[in-house]
Amino acid sequence: MLGKTAGGLYWMFRHLERTENTARLIEAGFRIALTRSNDPASEWKSVIVTSAAQAAYEAKHDGYDSSRVTDFLLRDTDNPSSVLSVIKSARDNARLVRTALTTEVWSAVNETWMLLADRLKHPVPETDLPDVLASIRHQSALVRGSLHGTMLRNDIYDFCRLGTFIERIDSTARIIDVKYFSLLPSPSFVGSRLDNVQWETILRSVSAHRSFRWAVDGGYNAPNIASFLILDRRMPRSLAYCAAQIVENLSYLSEDYGEKTKALETAENLLARLEGRDINAIFEEGLHEFLSAIMTVIGTINVQIEDTYRFNK
Amino acid sequence: MHEKSPHFSEMFGDGLVRTPYQSYDEWIATQEPERLARKSQEAEAFFRRTGITFNVYGQDDAEERLIPFDLVPRILSSTEWSKLSRGIEQRVRAINAFLHDIYNRQEILRAGVVPIKLIAENDAFLPQMMDFTPAGGVYTHIVGTDIVRTGEDDFFVLEDNARTPSGVSYMLENRETMLQMFPELFSKIKVQRVSDYPKDLRLSLEASATQSCDGRPCVVVLTPGIHNSAYYEHSFLADQMGVELVEGHDLRVVDGHIAMRTTRGYKVIDVIYRRVDDEFLDPLTFNPTSMLGVPGIMDVYRAGNVTIANAPGTGVADDKAIYSYMPDIIEFYTGEKAILKNVETFRCSEPDTLKYVLGNLKKLVVKEVHGSGGYGMLVGPAATKDECVDFAKKLAANPANYIAQPTLSLSTVPIFTEAGLAPRHVDLRPFALVSPGAVEIVPGGLTRVALQEGSLVVNSSQGGGTKDTWVLEG
Repeated sequence: MLGKTAGGLYWMFRHLERTENTARLIEAGFRIALTRSNDPASEWKSVIVTSAAQAAYEAKHDGYDSSRVTDFLLRDTDNPSSVLSVIKSARDNARLVRTALTTEVWSAVNETWMLLADRLKHPVPETDLPDVLASIRHQSALVRGSLHGTMLRNDIYDFCRLGTFIERIDSTARIIDVKYFSLLPSPSFVGSRLDNVQWETILRSVSAHRSFRWAVDGGYNAPNIASFLILDRRMPRSLAYCAAQIVENLSYLSEDYGEKTKALETAENLLARLEGRDINAIFEEGLHEFLSAIMTVIGTINVQIEDTYRFNK
Repeated sequence: MHEKSPHFSEMFGDGLVRTPYQSYDEWIATQEPERLARKSQEAEAFFRRTGITFNVYGQDDAEERLIPFDLVPRILSSTEWSKLSRGIEQRVRAINAFLHDIYNRQEILRAGVVPIKLIAENDAFLPQMMDFTPAGGVYTHIVGTDIVRTGEDDFFVLEDNARTPSGVSYMLENRETMLQMFPELFSKIKVQRVSDYPKDLRLSLEASATQSCDGRPCVVVLTPGIHNSAYYEHSFLADQMGVELVEGHDLRVVDGHIAMRTTRGYKVIDVIYRRVDDEFLDPLTFNPTSMLGVPGIMDVYRAGNVTIANAPGTGVADDKAIYSYMPDIIEFYTGEKAILKNVETFRCSEPDTLKYVLGNLKKLVVKEVHGSGGYGMLVGPAATKDECVDFAKKLAANPANYIAQPTLSLSTVPIFTEAGLAPRHVDLRPFALVSPGAVEIVPGGLTRVALQEGSLVVNSSQGGGTKDTWVLEG
C-alpha cells in the first residue's frame, strides 16, 4: 500500500471520528445550557476549549452563546475543526484513497458529505439543531457500519481503526482534562451535591450518562466517574479501551509487516499506564498531570505511526 | 419526431426506423414515459452518490458537476463498427509510425510530405525524445479518436487524441447504469461487451514494460490529484485494473528506477499510465515549477528503465495542423488510402486560405491548433456578429494558431425529454489500446451528445451529455 494511502485512510477516520465527537460536545453543551446552567456562557466556553478551538473562536467572537458557538463548531469554514471543514477533509481523503475503499464505504462517506454540506449550507436554527446533530451521528454510524461489514481485515482496515481510536482517545482525554477539577475528590463534595452539573456534562459529552448508571454500581461520585472514563475497558470511549484498540491494531500491522515498531512499543507503555490501576493512585499522581502526560504520549504515537508507515515524503 | 430534417437521424433515417434501432424502437414503444423519467432520475442519483463527477476548471471544487446521462443508447451495427474499427486501427498504426519517424530519421519531413515548420515550431514536439525508441516501439498506448457522422456511410475523423484521452470511465459506467436500469433490454438485444476494457488496458500496459522488468510488471496510474477535472476517471481506472493510483510526490528515482513510497518502503514501478501532461512530468527537464511530476523521470525513461504511457511528445501527432496532413501520413507509412475520411481543413497559416476563412466565418468552425475541450473555438453559424468580429481580430493577429473547417451536418440520435424523444447532435470517441504488435479497440466508445436543441458542441465542459454506445453482435 502507498504510504500516502495509509495516511489518507488514517486521517479520513480521524476526521470522521472528530465529526461525531463535535456533535456530541454540542449536544451536551446545548442540553446543559438549556436545563441546568445558571451560566450558559461558561458552559459554551468550555465546549470551545474542549474542541481545542479557543484561539480561533476568540479571534472572531467576543463572547460565548449558543448560536455563535454552534455555528462556529458546525459550519464555520474558518474553523478547521468545524463539522463542515472536517467532513470535507474526510471526503477529500476518501477520494484520495478511493482505490482502498469498498464501494459501500466510499458511497457512505460521499453521501455523508453531500447530506451534511446541504444541511449546513445555512445557519442551523435552534429548532433544527437536534435533528442536524442526530443526522451527523447517523451518518457516522453508516460509515462505521459499512467499514465493519464490507472491508477486508488487512492493513487498510488497521489504518482506519488507528485513525478512529487515536482521535477518540485524544478527545476523551481533553473532555476530562477541561473539567478535571470537578472530578477531584474534595471534602466539600463528600455526601453533598450528588448531581454535579459538571459530571453530567462530562458523561453526556461521551454519551455515557446512561451506561455509567448501568455499569457502575458504586454510586454517582467523582472517583467512579473518573475511573469509568479512564480505566474501564467496557466503555468504548474510555482511555483504556482506546489504548487497547490502538495496541491491537498496531500489533496486527507489526505482525503483517514482520517487524515490531516503535509506535507499538509506545502504545504498549501507554496501555500499561492504564491497566490494573487504581483511580486513587492516579489522583495522587495528579489528575491533570496524568492526563497531560497521556496526551503527550498520544501525540508521540501519532508521529511514530506517520513516520513508520511513510505517510509523508 | 419523424419530420424531415437536414441532419441524418441515426434512429429514424429518412422516416423509417433504421435496422440497428428496430428492436430498441419496439421496446421503447412499450415503455411508460413516467417510468423512463423515474429511471432517468435514479441514474442521476446513482452517478452523484458514486461520485462520478468532474470539476470544471476555474471553479472551486464544491462545484463538482455531473455529466448528464441520457438513457437512449446510440446503436451501431456490427458492419458499421467493423469499418470504423479497421479505420481507427489503420490510423493508430500510422500515428505510431509517424511518431517514431519524427523522433528518429524524419523521413516524412525529408520527403516533403509534412512541412518541417509544423514540427520545428510545434510546442508539443520534445527534442528530449529524439533518437530514442520506447519499449516495443509504442508511443500511443491509449488513443481516443473523435468521429462524427453525416450520413449512412459518411464517417469523419474530427480529432486524433494521442496524448491522454479521457472519457473511457463514462463508457464503462454508462453501460453499467444501463444494465442496472434496463436488464430486460440486454436479454432482448445482443450488445457486444465493453466490460473487459480495464483488464485489457492492464494487459496492454504490462505488455509494454521495458526489458529491465523481470517478473510481472508493476503498473500504476499517475494522476495530478483530486482537484483534476478527470480525477474520478483516474481513480476508477486504477481501481478497476487493481493497480495503485499515485501522485508525483509518491514517486522518486531509486537506483536508476522509478519507485513508489509504500508502507513497507520503496517499490520499483515498471509502467506508468500517466494522466499528467508532458510539461509537468519532470521538473528537471520541462516545467521547473511542476509539483505533479517526478524529478529525473526522463533520465530513467531514456535509460529504458520505465515505460511512460502515453510516451512524452505524442502531442505532435494530434495537433490540428498536423491533422490536415493525416491522409498523407497514413498513405506514407501504410501504403494504403485512409479508410476513415478527414474533415476538410483550412490552414489559416496560408494567406489565401486565411482570406477565405475571414470572408466566410459565418459558415465555418474555427479552432485553435492546440486547443481542446471546446475552448477557444468559434462555431460560425451559432455565433453573433460581435463574436465573429472579435474572433476575426484574434485570427488575423495569429493566423498560424488556427484552422477552420466547414460546419458539418452532424448526425442526430434522440434523447429522452419530458416531451418525448427529441433529436440531438452526437459524436463518438472509441478507445484503442496499442501494445507491441497489437491494436485492440473496445466495441463501442463514448457517445457525447449536445443537449441543447440545435447545438453542435458536445463537450462536457460546455454542457454536453453522454449516452451508452452499443455495437450489436454480428
